[in-house]
Amino acid sequence: MLHIVNKSPSERNALDSCLRMAKKGSTILLIEDAVYAVTKGSTVESKMKAAMAKDIHVYALWPDLEARGMQDTVIDGIKQVDYPGFVDLVADNKNVQSWL
Amino acid sequence: MKFGILVNEGPYNHQAADTAYQFAKAAIDKGHEIHRVFFYHDGVNNASKLTEPPADDRNIVNRWSKMAEEHGVDLVVCVAAALRRGIVNENLASGFRISGLGQLVESGIQADRLVTFGD
Amino acid sequence: MSESTGGIDMDEESSGTVKKFAFINRKAPYGTIYALESLEVVLISAAFDQDVSLVFMDDGVYQLKKGQGTKAVGMKNFSPTYRALEGYDIEKLYVEKESLESRGLTEEDLIVDVEVLTAEEMATLMDEQDVVMSF
Repeated sequence: MLHIVNKSPSERNALDSCLRMAKKGSTILLIEDAVYAVTKGSTVESKMKAAMAKDIHVYALWPDLEARGMQDTVIDGIKQVDYPGFVDLVADNKNVQSWL
Repeated sequence: MKFGILVNEGPYNHQAADTAYQFAKAAIDKGHEIHRVFFYHDGVNNASKLTEPPADDRNIVNRWSKMAEEHGVDLVVCVAAALRRGIVNENLASGFRISGLGQLVESGIQADRLVTFGD
Repeated sequence: MSESTGGIDMDEESSGTVKKFAFINRKAPYGTIYALESLEVVLISAAFDQDVSLVFMDDGVYQLKKGQGTKAVGMKNFSPTYRALEGYDIEKLYVEKESLESRGLTEEDLIVDVEVLTAEEMATLMDEQDVVMSF
């Protein structure tokens, strides 16, 4: 399953709820303001690392990272995709949930 | 693959309409089919032809209209949500049509994936 | 029904296909319109004979709180509609345990009968769906 999160982790609880529901082997894509969750040294870093350690694949949409100037401090192990990569993630997962 | 897209926010206020557009464009470029884009909640404001952004900004409404024209994408505006917000046939941009919520449920049934963009 | 379903003739276009639809409600009522307009989609979905589940988690559990009275705010109280869902054959209502408990609520506080699931059970339920709509 693909989980899409678009909320800043310091403003809303969408990422926390997503992490509570994401099963082993599932994928999380961070877009829009959620890309702030991939920042090295932030308080969210440990949560993201814990998720990846649970075999959850974490991606961030790089056009959104770049728009916000956050492209140089991405936590190791988080993969970056562009819009065509976003399309592939949706196609490759059997269902998709947007954590609005 | 057939994609359905649900847009829940209006243009300019929230990035949802932009992300939905970029997703749809990338999907079409990759050879996928966009079964339908359904506009709900404030998303119905994506269909207002009265929108006039500054010349140096992207024109979100025209972008959708062009996508409908060039790729035959079905742009459907929810009638109940539209009436609540003053979107009627008289101010509907080209390529959009107003219809019922059943079009959204049907898109969920017919499309291989339904992706929601919103706030 | 054809007007509300967007003029779709269900017998021709959509019969035979039964998908698992989940509507995920994570927002409180009245502060924004999402809860009300989500309910409108749920009611329409009943006409399509799909396998529909409603999920209430995070602030979405407030949608089911007993005792809502909207006279003073001048808005429509749509909470009785949740009780009417049974008449539309929409009977799968799930509430996440953690969301309920962290808000100081119990099943007794809710206007309808629901099945309370742990986060893990809810995750499995979501994973099994074909279409997930969130508002």
